[in-house]
Amino acid sequence: MSDTSNISIHLNGRDREVTAGHTVRTLIESLDLHPSLVVVEYNREILERDRYGTVSVQAGDRVELVHFVGGG
Amino acid sequence: MTTPSIPQSGEGADVQPLVIGGKPFVSRLIVGTGKYATNRIMVDAIRASGAEMVTVAVRRVDLDRRAEEGILHHLDPEEFFLLPNTAGCYTAEDAVRYARLGRAAGLNEWVKLEVIGDEATLVPDVQATIEAARTLVGEGFKVMAYTNDDLVTALRLEDAGCVAVMPLASPIGSGLGVVNPYFIREIKRRLEVPVIVDAGVGTASDATRAMEQGVDGVLMNTALAAATDPIRMAHAMRHGVIAGRLAYLAGRMPAREIAVPSSPTVGMLD
Repeated sequence: MSDTSNISIHLNGRDREVTAGHTVRTLIESLDLHPSLVVVEYNREILERDRYGTVSVQAGDRVELVHFVGGG
Repeated sequence: MTTPSIPQSGEGADVQPLVIGGKPFVSRLIVGTGKYATNRIMVDAIRASGAEMVTVAVRRVDLDRRAEEGILHHLDPEEFFLLPNTAGCYTAEDAVRYARLGRAAGLNEWVKLEVIGDEATLVPDVQATIEAARTLVGEGFKVMAYTNDDLVTALRLEDAGCVAVMPLASPIGSGLGVVNPYFIREIKRRLEVPVIVDAGVGTASDATRAMEQGVDGVLMNTALAAATDPIRMAHAMRHGVIAGRLAYLAGRMPAREIAVPSSPTVGMLD
């Protein structure tokens, strides 16, 4: 086990250890989610979908993954 | 999509589509997607309702559960016009944040704006609603604003540039029907933009009564989702909305607290 390969991010309201080196896209895919069905708020700014593959996830990042659910 | 069978001829037939923000809708019923027992029942009920515009909420992905909970796994944006809402927001800032997230999903630039002011009644914070409406209209959103039955607020929301103003019939999820028909009528009389009664409808006669006030449409969720048979109730609501619209256009007879015979009083036998 190599702790150095993990970083801690704040993901959907919880601190979470993830493998270092993720882009936002690979992070989403590692969670079994479809990037096309998820909206990303990255450090309080909305991240356009065409940037998912280029933004590298850094330690301490605040990431919100949201989607549409039933509502009135 | 199932479309309501509206008579195409005859005095009072409603052949005009409902146009909101330049977009025409045949159905004057807008439905939500919350609180259904299953996604299958939700989709079947929406189809039965004939609604073309369907509201959805923006929420965090629950990372502890299956990814399929997202509504786009069940509702096709090609079949329905999905309207993201800001339900659950208590400040203008939060509502703007949720609206932007909804738009970033890439479906459209519309939002059902809802800023709640009181947890017990879910009545809107009208000042925050107007503030958020101004911001969102400035950012190019087409805003359909949930509001209370207050005329001045409705006028302010129209001034802010909302494409529709949506006064409540009664509190969200209450099923109490139209508690203030006079002010619903007055708001409709005074506004140029479409007026949609949003929230509080419980059964088909409530939808009819709302439409009989002259409003342009009705938005509902719980009345379908919480019915014992949501699909059957969706059919009922489809008919109820059409009935109310046609009755409004037809112009009802004056109500009189006196009996007037329908058959001739002359020509009776000795």
